[in-house]
Amino acid sequence: MAAKTRVSARINGELVDFLCEPRQSLLECLREILGLMGSKEGCNDGNCGACSVLLNGCVVNSCLVLGVEVDGQEVTTVEGLADWRGLHPLQQAFLDNDAFQCGYCIPGVLIASKALLDREANPSEESIRTWLAGNLCRCTGYDKIVRAVQDAATRLRQPRQDESTSQDKSPTAAATDYRVVGSRPPRHDGPDKVTGRALFGPDWNLPGMLYGKMVRSPHAHARIRSIDTRKAASFPGVYAVVTAQDFRWAEDDNNNLDENAVNSKYLYENMLAREKVLYVGHPIAAVAASSPHIAEEAANLIEVQYDVLPAVTDVRAAMQPGAPLLHENLRTQSLSKPSQKPSNIGSHFQHVKGDPSKGFALADVIVEREFTTATVHQGYIEPHACTAWWGLDGKLTVWTTTQGAFGLRDQLARLLAHPMSGIRVIPAEVGGAFGGKLPIYVFLEPVAALLSRKANRPVKMTMTRAEVFLATNPTSGTHMKAKIGATREGRITAAQAELYFEAGAYPSSHIIGYLGFAAGFMFAPYDIPHGQIDAYDVVVNKPRTAAYRAPGVTQANFPAEQVIDELAVKLAMDPITLRLKNGVHEGSELINGTSHGSIGAEEVLRAAQSSAHYRTPLSGPYRGRGVAHGYWGNWGSRSCCTIQVNGDGTVTLVSGSVDLSGTRTTVAMQAAEVLGVSLDRIQSSVGDTDSIGYTDFTGGSRTTFSTGIAAIAAADDAIAQMRGRAALLWGVEVQDVTFDRGIFATHRTSEQKMTFAEVAGKLAETGGPVTGTGNVNPQGWGGGFGTHIVDVQVDPETGKVDILRYTAVQDVGKAVHPGYVEGQIQGGAVQGIGWGLYEGYQYNPQGDMLNPGFLDYKIPTATDVPMIETVIIEVPGPNHPYGVRGVGEVPIVPPPAALANAIYRATGVRVSDLPMTPVRLLEAMGVI
Amino acid sequence: MRDLTAGRDCVRARGATIAGVIDELETAYPGIKDRLLVRGRLAPGLMVTVDGQRALRILEEPVGGESEVRFLPVMAGG
Repeated sequence: MAAKTRVSARINGELVDFLCEPRQSLLECLREILGLMGSKEGCNDGNCGACSVLLNGCVVNSCLVLGVEVDGQEVTTVEGLADWRGLHPLQQAFLDNDAFQCGYCIPGVLIASKALLDREANPSEESIRTWLAGNLCRCTGYDKIVRAVQDAATRLRQPRQDESTSQDKSPTAAATDYRVVGSRPPRHDGPDKVTGRALFGPDWNLPGMLYGKMVRSPHAHARIRSIDTRKAASFPGVYAVVTAQDFRWAEDDNNNLDENAVNSKYLYENMLAREKVLYVGHPIAAVAASSPHIAEEAANLIEVQYDVLPAVTDVRAAMQPGAPLLHENLRTQSLSKPSQKPSNIGSHFQHVKGDPSKGFALADVIVEREFTTATVHQGYIEPHACTAWWGLDGKLTVWTTTQGAFGLRDQLARLLAHPMSGIRVIPAEVGGAFGGKLPIYVFLEPVAALLSRKANRPVKMTMTRAEVFLATNPTSGTHMKAKIGATREGRITAAQAELYFEAGAYPSSHIIGYLGFAAGFMFAPYDIPHGQIDAYDVVVNKPRTAAYRAPGVTQANFPAEQVIDELAVKLAMDPITLRLKNGVHEGSELINGTSHGSIGAEEVLRAAQSSAHYRTPLSGPYRGRGVAHGYWGNWGSRSCCTIQVNGDGTVTLVSGSVDLSGTRTTVAMQAAEVLGVSLDRIQSSVGDTDSIGYTDFTGGSRTTFSTGIAAIAAADDAIAQMRGRAALLWGVEVQDVTFDRGIFATHRTSEQKMTFAEVAGKLAETGGPVTGTGNVNPQGWGGGFGTHIVDVQVDPETGKVDILRYTAVQDVGKAVHPGYVEGQIQGGAVQGIGWGLYEGYQYNPQGDMLNPGFLDYKIPTATDVPMIETVIIEVPGPNHPYGVRGVGEVPIVPPPAALANAIYRATGVRVSDLPMTPVRLLEAMGVI
Repeated sequence: MRDLTAGRDCVRARGATIAGVIDELETAYPGIKDRLLVRGRLAPGLMVTVDGQRALRILEEPVGGESEVRFLPVMAGG
């Protein structure tokens, strides 16, 4: 351990002395020494801005400043923004404008914005975007952030006394029958997230805690000859070392043979490699030590001997005869005749509807193309992190960033052979996930648990940004073929596709079913009489792939919506008219044989066609307008919620759904509607696995639907019990008591009324507490459609694509909180823009990823996108009392295809490969 | 599975549950059970629908006399 240096600095206005090692960054000093967890670590290399602080009034990335450098200086963190008067106007503006979702990047964004407003009283939109270009946000799409800064600038130019104007923000303009649903109240977790108090995965520290570090493979494909941990184990400060030998061995086995089938052997091998490593970054061993630096030093002392094998990182190459085999025992899984030959193709399935050859014979126009898409990462700013504490009593407690506490608990129980009741998973606030933190995949938690058991201390593990890219779960790169035919009148007669999806190191068909989504939803917006889709799941020497927002569908939509667009060009038809002509309705059969339920596909297309954007002509050289239409099926499944009625008439609501983007508020709003109380009377929180019933993970756009239904059920249950109490008080039968909009009444003897709060105040004397419960597993949810319109301008010399205007139209069933719905649509659209224009893993022939950081893996910044206009369509979804449909997945589906279609109209060339980088564009245009 | 059903992608079978339907299919088309089941449970990567609805009880899901049963690649995650 290096000698420590004394540092004296003024931090958030207070003079602070602390001791730190010369190698410790300011960020580490703030978080680990001073306990100021508001500044977040997203990359530790100065590219994300989550750790932004003010150093003598200037914005700096605190990960790039040494702690010793601030001696005698003044530092302001997010914790220093609010004062005795309350929130800073910036913080209040972010709350009022719904300017965050997960909130992980917000401390840095607030600090940077403050520095801007300290310099410029009235910055332009362009100025704000330029200033915030160093602060990455993956959730919001920046639209509401920019508006919030503009709003804050206005407030700061006025006397500081009207900052809580949002507390009773009025409902949306559209009149509704609801009092709460459809309004825009502030979110329950808002104040914590704008002040830095919210605790995310990396923010949990415990007394005596150790720090864990993984040893990872430098090779993309190699056989492990030996692992020698002796030097690391004896290194001062090291408490425990684990390898795969510390886990029980699993045979090839699917531990849950249903929709979430997980092959235990693959899970174990992916956590800690036993015989082979299959990608650069594959974990091999882990150490726990008294500091992260000692853990890192010790990890470097673990000696691993390899026999390096040839690697394959491209789906087409992996299918070639003679390609390096990742799994000698892997046979192609299929419903056709079983294969006996080892292969990298994990599975193949085929959907057929009608007679495709007959359909194509009826076509006057046929379009056929091949496409590729790159491996892309969900790009959440918060790295994976957890703290595990395996106590001597055998109770394992895990604080972690996950989309599903219960699913994770169950996986830990299987992997560690420990009873579920002996494991408590406490979900932290989640700093972005988008499918990448599903509990089906486990990386750190089981390893941290074993380290904790061995060391008898709590162990915290936090990934670096490079580890997140190299060794978590990006989503599939693909090779796809698409063919479509239509009559000259514009009626589609047949469609056909081949989808080859990279699974990464392990067959995804054994992990999760996103290839089923890709094939199932590819042509879901269209009523096509004849079709065939073949889908292949192929292992390659890349990290195992996983879901990414509308898993599989964005990739499949890219070819589908381009060939549709090309049909429109060949038929000289308006592209939306062609889509309307072939659009689906309730009862339309998809190529996979399932049928649409109640949907708003036509309403969405018509709204897009009549939108101000679409009706405004676009002209000018190298400018073009593109349209794409997309679908996501949404989801329901298991949720639990409890509602405790307090004696003062307030309500404590606990649900089992991890909140990724404001769902604890949208769930509570639905309960408030039933209870007839205002939302500020409900405290809504997320429970852990010991405090609430089993709830499926937050994903698939299910939470506002399913957990909302659970909240409604819990509220109904509470009201039913309270009617009984009122009946007791009035001496009437319970059926003689009515409840409407917060008032209990009876007309049995004489007209009597009591408010919700009045009955709540009498619970103790009428039988005791009232807790309503909702345990549900709703089915029959409604799918969602979105149509996106984008105008681009292409620079013919550089190939740069500028987005001039962007509009997203979507059927959401019922927008419970329109502000959040807009944010979801804007954020999803901007993620899709990143997928379309910038993002992609790059590999060398040896299988090394060349861009495992936010410097070289570019995600959209505030300067890359305009405001995203949203048009919310409300065609009530089925089987939900308020007609709610899922929202979050649909908006990522159309953007890449919409951009490609716009680029075609701007340049006359079709780009069939993602990302559509300037180089690719210039090549396609024949410039280079 | 069309190699087992003489090329047909839709066949008729009796059964009160999905398990019963699969038993009936096996009688008519030997070998089909091994494609659909692994160690007595629905094979990983598959799901089954009855009249367009996901069969949550899987093999125990009741099936009506005129029900349409489909075996599909699983759709899960998000």
